[in-house]
Amino acid sequence: MEAKDSEFTLSRLRVGERGVVTSLHAQGIIRRRMLDLGLVPGTVVESVRRSPAGDPTAYNIRGAIIALRAEEGCKVYVELL
Amino acid sequence: MGLTCQSSGKGVLREDFLSYETKSDYIVALAGNPNTGKSTVFNALTGLKQHTGNWPGKTVTQALGNYRHGQKLITLVDLPGTYSLLANSPEEQVARDFICFAEPDATVVVVDSTCLERNLNLVLQVLEITPKTIVCLNLIDEARRKKLRIDVEMLAIKLGVPVIPTAARSKEGLGFLKDTINRVASDAIQLNPLRLKYEDRLEVAISKLAGELEPLLPERINKRWIALRLLDGDYTVIDGIQKFLEKKIVVEGFAS
Repeated sequence: MEAKDSEFTLSRLRVGERGVVTSLHAQGIIRRRMLDLGLVPGTVVESVRRSPAGDPTAYNIRGAIIALRAEEGCKVYVELL
Repeated sequence: MGLTCQSSGKGVLREDFLSYETKSDYIVALAGNPNTGKSTVFNALTGLKQHTGNWPGKTVTQALGNYRHGQKLITLVDLPGTYSLLANSPEEQVARDFICFAEPDATVVVVDSTCLERNLNLVLQVLEITPKTIVCLNLIDEARRKKLRIDVEMLAIKLGVPVIPTAARSKEGLGFLKDTINRVASDAIQLNPLRLKYEDRLEVAISKLAGELEPLLPERINKRWIALRLLDGDYTVIDGIQKFLEKKIVVEGFAS
């Protein structure tokens, strides 16, 4: 499923911004891994740092800092806080 | 999807999972996320008398140790630290296969009391495989220092299994943990593990598939869980059945 323009994804958060997860659009093992990391609807995620090359980005997910690539981050729909 | 299954007539022996002969009364698995003090708990319980075991066909090593408590000899198996049992890394597979196929007498899930939320995911996944589970709320001293208050009793009621606060470094709670392990292993405690209920459509499929699996697998194996894994398209569980239950499985038209 492609992101609609009205829907915001994790990869579009700027450093320092926070979003609350609304849905996951990944499948299979990637989806499983995201759920295991605590990325479920309602989770607040903060973008904390971006690598010099612009990808990956480090996010604070439930107290742990986790790096996600843009291709993964764009599967996580969030609402900007 | 068609599953044909042929038994070689030889049941699985728990010894298959352990690299040396064990004469212990109970086999207890120790699971948990990385960095929860799992090894500290292991060492505190066993007094560091550990062998290093090797999983058949795997390079991931696991530690084994024995201790005596209440006239019972207990073999403790230190499983690899994982956040999940479902994402199919080799460590997760080892932990999962041990809990499912070796059927330990009890499984202790060591959790970090200072970030309980992250750790409860694994607890639920273990509960889904085996009811004989004990939650070890480790690092409870750290949690107190951080002024976190955990309602241990309520957590135990919600999860339906014993929850034991410990601080393995200072040996706090370990006696109670050992008592509880013996009581769970000997079925002296009534367990009522929280069971996740899926949407109706899924539950129908689960019971149908679990019913089909019933005559094919040994009684002690949790068919509901195997059915869930199969519905999830998880091939590795089929590998586990072939390897540990010595069943031949022909997979037909299993959509990938």
